[in-house]
Amino acid sequence: MLNQTPLWKYFAVVIVVGICALYASPNLYGEDHAVQISASSNAVIDGATLDKVSAELKSANIPSKSIVLQNEQILVRVPDSDTQLIARETIEKALGDDYSVAMNLAPDTPKWLESLGGTPMKLGLDLRGGVHFLMEVDMKSALSKSYEDMVGDFKSALREEGIRYRTVKQIDDGVEIYFRDEEKLDKAEFFLKNRNRDFVFSNKSDLVLLVKMSEQKLLETRDYAVKQNITIIRNRVNQLGVAEPTVQKQGPDRIVVQLPGIQDTAKAKEILNATATLEYREVDLEHDVRDAINGRVPAGSELLSYEKGGPQLLKKKVIVKGSSIIDANSGVDQNGMPKVSISLDSKGGAQMLNFTKRAVGKPMAVVFIEYKATDERDENDKLIFEEKRRVISVATINGVFSNKFETTGLDSPREAHDLALLLRAGALIAPIQIIEERTVGPSLGQENINLGMQAIIWGFVAVLVFMLAYYKKFGVVANIALTLNLVMIVGIMSMIPGAALSLPGMAGIVLTVGMAVDANVLIFERIREEIKEGRSPQQAIHHGYDSAFSTILDANITTFLVGLILFAVGTGPIKGFSITLMIGIATSMFTAIVVTRVIVNAWWGGKRLTKLSI
Amino acid sequence: MQLLNMKETVAFMALKKPAAALSILLLIGSLVSLAVNQLNWGLDFTGGTQIEVGYENTANLEEIRKVLEQSDFKDAVVQNFGSSTDVLIRLASRDGVKPAELGDAALKVLKEADDTAEMRGSSYVSSSVGEELTEQGGLAMLVALVCILIYVAMRFEWRFALGSVAALTHDVIITLGLFSVFQLEFDLTVLAAVLAVIGYSLNDTIVVCDRIRENFRKIRKGESEDIINTSLTQTLNRTIITSLTTILVLLALFFLGGATIHGFATALLFGVLIGTYSSIYVASLVALTLGISKEDLMPTEVEKEGADQDAVV
Repeated sequence: MLNQTPLWKYFAVVIVVGICALYASPNLYGEDHAVQISASSNAVIDGATLDKVSAELKSANIPSKSIVLQNEQILVRVPDSDTQLIARETIEKALGDDYSVAMNLAPDTPKWLESLGGTPMKLGLDLRGGVHFLMEVDMKSALSKSYEDMVGDFKSALREEGIRYRTVKQIDDGVEIYFRDEEKLDKAEFFLKNRNRDFVFSNKSDLVLLVKMSEQKLLETRDYAVKQNITIIRNRVNQLGVAEPTVQKQGPDRIVVQLPGIQDTAKAKEILNATATLEYREVDLEHDVRDAINGRVPAGSELLSYEKGGPQLLKKKVIVKGSSIIDANSGVDQNGMPKVSISLDSKGGAQMLNFTKRAVGKPMAVVFIEYKATDERDENDKLIFEEKRRVISVATINGVFSNKFETTGLDSPREAHDLALLLRAGALIAPIQIIEERTVGPSLGQENINLGMQAIIWGFVAVLVFMLAYYKKFGVVANIALTLNLVMIVGIMSMIPGAALSLPGMAGIVLTVGMAVDANVLIFERIREEIKEGRSPQQAIHHGYDSAFSTILDANITTFLVGLILFAVGTGPIKGFSITLMIGIATSMFTAIVVTRVIVNAWWGGKRLTKLSI
Repeated sequence: MQLLNMKETVAFMALKKPAAALSILLLIGSLVSLAVNQLNWGLDFTGGTQIEVGYENTANLEEIRKVLEQSDFKDAVVQNFGSSTDVLIRLASRDGVKPAELGDAALKVLKEADDTAEMRGSSYVSSSVGEELTEQGGLAMLVALVCILIYVAMRFEWRFALGSVAALTHDVIITLGLFSVFQLEFDLTVLAAVLAVIGYSLNDTIVVCDRIRENFRKIRKGESEDIINTSLTQTLNRTIITSLTTILVLLALFFLGGATIHGFATALLFGVLIGTYSSIYVASLVALTLGISKEDLMPTEVEKEGADQDAVV
């Protein structure tokens, strides 16, 4: 018998469509205004914090829908946006600087759906409002700094080894060392080669040794400059109180920063551009810390807070500045204890050597200096930044060292990791520059959503009406498929974690709606042809589907290819468009071929027909 | 209901000379315009700063221009965007102000002049990013065309492959020509639309080619030209209906999608029209001119019709 569907196929279709519908359903629920609390590195969020937050809100008479602790974050849902603002201020005041309190829109997805991983589609910045920055790390100056370090390093190494040279010069892409005779050059080359495996040596002439970084080292240096900037930007973004910021590397030397929901972009830029630095300082042992705490701070010293060991009295004179730090990495020492390895440039190394020569056995502290934005502005309308100094590490000097040393005695790998991060954050960084910025105000975002939705709805309705009028009962089948297609696109978009819906993405959906019926048009036209040629209705359906299939496949594969190329080459809006286009092609093939066939078979299959409503 | 009920085969190829003339004319016109007027590149490609400002009441463009002029923002281009209360301002670079901060500075000036001015959006693109994008966009188009050439050559026959790529190139150049002649702004979304036109037009072309191949195998008698005419007639209904539904949704986008999506919808609307025409005339005409014949399309091994399609319902 023609046109019968095996039972398993019914089930398969129902299951596939059902799963997509299930994951599409979170989009039907709205979003709650919420306040999201997360801890910075020196604080934790636990039950006590939760109690504190709820007590604080209660005493301030702020209504809340729910307060939940999840993934080391507290989410407070409030009824409206006014309450949200007040709640944020109240919580921020109560918890202090160690927590970041951000306003957020939390999806109001029911518990059972959330436990299945159901979340609504993420909205792109053009629909949500927010800022997108593309920043470029100035590699030229990052590399130039490295060459500068090489110059200092080679000079001192050659001097120590007693190899005389005329001069060491920095050039655009390396360092040149000039000698008076060839013998010295050979000796120096042999010595330096053994000492620095990351460099490539070559003879420019008989008396000039040319040193360049190896490809590997060059790559590492670039990578390091970008990563360092990312770390710092992440730190600063936390200050901004943005709920779901994105800070990501793009290409070899770029960083994408996306801050949804931010309205004051000028402020965001100023905060991102603020600098942090650090200083190595000597601990003042000649005076009593307790006296200083009581207000008698000796001249030439100052009292600074230290999270781990209480306030510290430090001499004001700086041993080494953060700008001398080249690298800081956490690891483990030979006893398996956490440590941080630090390298300084030659200038810092000399300063450190000078100091440690006379200070073995004494403690040395690291002071971290940050500039935090206050809400005030000066007469030029620039944000006023408040300098915050704190001690992040105190360690006893165990021996004389210069440009390479280790800090041990840390409590945990986590502490080592955090310290290394802070050290890097305070080091001189390769300058960055904003090369692209896009801001979408919240009102425009909402408008874009409304416009996109309207276009989708009207385009959809127009196609539904047309198909119904043109193909009658088969039009109904095509329309069911088209509706399911839309549901499936939304479901899959919600399932893919990285996919965000943007305005061009919505345009992609609209276009898919228009093109998705193509497969059905092809099939139905075939069926009409077959009937005209005198086949029975059942046979016409069978042949119509069969012969249209390879055409549909070819046509869709090529369009999909175009989508794939768009995705690979394009950025931002083009990517958004290509994702919906590709998903739309895949789902429309399924709904237009498989789903309609199942429905057609169920409706007409196996019956004695003399006419088809097509 | 039936749009066209064709009892007779339409002699499409009888019009091959006028069609070829029309295509060549349009192509030359587009290329000349692209060479002379070039494209009105949008901010995405040229780089620069642009802000979108919303007012409570109808925005007075003259007034805004004057205010900006007085505050040293020379050569600012001020125009309405989407509605009479929204204004799009393109700013030229200015000494002493970082390009990334230009927008904020201009907005401040406008706010002082009229406090209902509200920042709705702003963009800054450095010229290096713009240049890269232009390169990437051109590359994307070339890669797309080459991939299609390869796929169609593999799936069909090289004459069809050349025919479809000729049709696609034809569509892309003429769509670009339209943007050049009317100096419509060519931004990133328009580029996406042009690439989507490639996808759409190809879809159309493949359907036609597929039918031509099928008929070459099925109809044992007749000239190549007749077979192509038969195939085009058979697929004409489908071509028109699909174009119609696509145009319906594009009209919805064009009228309801807002100013941001306007260029996108324009490019696609025009592209779909030209793509429909090219799939009838350009692709098959090129294949015919290259001498496509029955022998080229005979399957290498005899396969039963639909034998490879058991997997599908």
